[in-house]
Amino acid sequence: MSSNLTHIQRLEAEAIHIMREVVAEAERPVMLYSVGKDSAVMLHLARKAFYPSPPPFPLLHVDTTWKFRAMYELRDKMAQEAGMDLLVYQNPEAQERGINPFDHGPLHTDMWKTEGLKQALDKYGFDAAFGGARRDEEKSRAKERIFSFRTASHGWDPKNQRPELWNLYNARKNRGESIRVFPISNWTELDVWQYIQLEKIPIVPLYFAAKRPTVERDGMLLMVDDDRFPLEPGEVPVERSIRFRTLGCYPLTGAVESEAATLSEVIQETLLTTTSERQGRAIDKDAGGAGMEVKKQQGYF
Amino acid sequence: MADAPVNESAYQTDALIAEDIDAYLDQHQHKTMLRFITCGSVDDGKSTLIGRLLYDSKMIFEDQLAALETDSKKVGTQGQEIDFALLVDGLAAEREQGITIDVAYRFFNTEKRKFIVADCPGHEQYTRNMVTGASTADLAVILVDARKGVLVQTRRHSYLCHLIGIKNIVLAVNKMDLVDYDQSVFDKIVAEYGEFAKSIGINNFTAIPISGFKGDNITTAPSGNTIWYSGPSLVDHLETVEVLGSHDAQKPFRMPVQWVNRPNLDFRGFSGLIASGAIKPGDAVRVLPSGKTSTVKSIVTMDGDLDEAMAGQAITLTLQDEIDCSRGNVISAADAPPQTADQFETTIVWLNDDDLHVGRAYWLKLGTQTVSATVQQPKYEVDVNTMEHLAAKTLELNQIGVAEVLTDKPLVFEPYADSRTLGGFILVDKITNATVAAGMINFSLRRSQNIHWQPTDITRESHAALKNQSPRVLWFTGLSGSGKSTIANEVEKQLNLMNRHTFLLDGDNVRHGLNKDLGFTEADRIENIRRVGEVAKLMTDAGLIVLTAFISPFRAERQMVRDMLAEGEFIEIFVDTPLEVAEERDVKGLYKKARSGQLKNFTGIDSPYEAPENPDIVVNTVAMTPQEAAEYIIKTILPLKSRIQA
Repeated sequence: MSSNLTHIQRLEAEAIHIMREVVAEAERPVMLYSVGKDSAVMLHLARKAFYPSPPPFPLLHVDTTWKFRAMYELRDKMAQEAGMDLLVYQNPEAQERGINPFDHGPLHTDMWKTEGLKQALDKYGFDAAFGGARRDEEKSRAKERIFSFRTASHGWDPKNQRPELWNLYNARKNRGESIRVFPISNWTELDVWQYIQLEKIPIVPLYFAAKRPTVERDGMLLMVDDDRFPLEPGEVPVERSIRFRTLGCYPLTGAVESEAATLSEVIQETLLTTTSERQGRAIDKDAGGAGMEVKKQQGYF
Repeated sequence: MADAPVNESAYQTDALIAEDIDAYLDQHQHKTMLRFITCGSVDDGKSTLIGRLLYDSKMIFEDQLAALETDSKKVGTQGQEIDFALLVDGLAAEREQGITIDVAYRFFNTEKRKFIVADCPGHEQYTRNMVTGASTADLAVILVDARKGVLVQTRRHSYLCHLIGIKNIVLAVNKMDLVDYDQSVFDKIVAEYGEFAKSIGINNFTAIPISGFKGDNITTAPSGNTIWYSGPSLVDHLETVEVLGSHDAQKPFRMPVQWVNRPNLDFRGFSGLIASGAIKPGDAVRVLPSGKTSTVKSIVTMDGDLDEAMAGQAITLTLQDEIDCSRGNVISAADAPPQTADQFETTIVWLNDDDLHVGRAYWLKLGTQTVSATVQQPKYEVDVNTMEHLAAKTLELNQIGVAEVLTDKPLVFEPYADSRTLGGFILVDKITNATVAAGMINFSLRRSQNIHWQPTDITRESHAALKNQSPRVLWFTGLSGSGKSTIANEVEKQLNLMNRHTFLLDGDNVRHGLNKDLGFTEADRIENIRRVGEVAKLMTDAGLIVLTAFISPFRAERQMVRDMLAEGEFIEIFVDTPLEVAEERDVKGLYKKARSGQLKNFTGIDSPYEAPENPDIVVNTVAMTPQEAAEYIIKTILPLKSRIQA
């Protein structure tokens, strides 16, 4: 009969099983919540895993202050609906130094996200953090365990990962060490979209095409989401029908021109597209081909 | 579809996506899933094959393809042609070395199924990664280079897949293009493999001649180059092979409890993933190990209560009766419960650089149960190249052996052959927390089924109350010559004056009797401490205050004794004397002998001493006399009065 379970049902059950294991074995779990579609799926799975209880951990948003406005709106609404605490952390040093994506390049991601995440985990003493990373996203992710062990300084050692057998997860660690847990490791982008459709999960409207003000920079279409966007002399934002395949800091996230305004259309476009999901992200291009692997060793999620 | 030309994707339905996305999504939604692993020796073309499967199923995007083309010219091994291997060799280190060093997971779809591929390394030293990849697989693709035939690694990987219980084996004879698609080469390899497979118990396998590089017999068969081949293409086979996990649904119901769901006083649910069988409201269930029975009240999910749930689903059950049930318990069909036992014969795959320490206590995790367990000296080790049974004292990284495992509490289990969930376990080092081994229960040992704990009327509390004291184990640890025996002796004298009932177990004295069969190897030292721990435990049951003076150099064994005793009864006393001072004293002349090489395995010289990290008491023998140290210890551990009056 389990052969009659569809792959989506098997993936859902796997994710729920993983979340319950963490809650049973970790002292202070937390769910990283970035408001993107993968976070939306993660939050939904958490609600299902612990129903009728609310998920017994808080949501943590490591904020860069540069997310799209629509993301902040949905974030607060979803946390409230789930009956969960929402912790928002902004790296005070990045705030003080006014680190921003326009003037500081890679330092922006490093300070707000990588450092911000480490600071937040240390501040609250979380020993297990759920993330929505998937193995189909990027080459070094394909080799990461579902329970990914981090040293007290948040480092990841790809050569020294714990073997992970069957569905037995070793959540033991020493004081100060922590575990990043990726319950949707085995999902693909299509699975995530299909699950959103099947389960009617609310997502940020930016995933759907609409007329939005844009400018073109280095071959990327950027949305002018607020008046902090420094326009070149004479540059005027152009209204284009665009949508986003992934969501991050708005000045770093490339849009695609699209007319796909419904979930079916978005999925259709995703399947027929010829470029990968992370292609719109500047982060993978840093440091050449091994960009993400280096970032992960430094503690990036 | 059958007429689709070779090398053109036969299984991605672009047209359907473009014309009727909802129909496509409906199809995708109802796909089943197959998890498989690919394994073979170095250069058999695993990565190329997987790259090809991804490429043919359009899982490679243009930007990745562009990067691939650039990389292929720069570091590829295929000249100007695309090197698919670069697509899947993820980590920077291995891209440079040109080998796959860890399990990588890949995904692709066909019209019928979604596939998760574990790409498993071929190098000898990475057996542990292969076992990891195989543990979740329904099927294994064993790659053989047509030019090389069946190699040592081929045998090893086949043996490991069989050991882990993979029933579907595909022998993919790769690089057929390099042997001119010669049928006789293929037939010879299949015959050779068949003979070997049979010898290790693999009775069925499917052999397919392929070229991962050129694409022959990957999606359609036969390719024009192998018209002599009448079997399915690799993808055809993967799409239609029966997933054996489906048999789980026919077995009796079992659900290891992960978590008790208690949002309020009116609701008490038991959450878990159903390992086997099916369940409906009204079904009679038994909770193990307690054996208490009840009936299912409801199957609760966020989408509403279910009428029925099956193996593979993650659910929350509520029961009609208020019975004890917590994480680690197993809810099962009332009339067909699994067994419980605390002694097993197991097959163990060692996964860590630090060898198996026979007799040392490890955490054992099976399903949702975690217990303390020790592994006995292996009955034998299996040479994975020849399948010979060899004598073994321990197990090293990547070694596989059969050994007895003893647990401190009974486990609810099934033999691994019947249940991966209730028969497979991992061992975790108690100090480093590393996953050091994977194990499979073969069967429980009869002796543990026939030896029951005999309840006695005079309890340990009554023994203690009669002596008007709280039992303790004062565990003195430190280097040879640090002053353990001297101080312990002094503490006992003073306790004796206080009318306390005590007994001093001294290292040297115990080795004259109880432990005279033990030497000073690491395994013997561990057994020495285990026995002393058991004796000390019996003495505390008798109500005594026990003092022990043993070097006890390893943290893990001191922890083992602590775990044997009731909370707070084990007092670890670190007799902290620097090595120079102890060596200077050299009361028994042992350091001199050790330094001159006459004495082997001497702690502090050629055998390590692991100082306590959080001892209950530290005495500094440089600053204190033995009398002062003894007074300090007694002051710290008082009062020792019994809390229960007789």
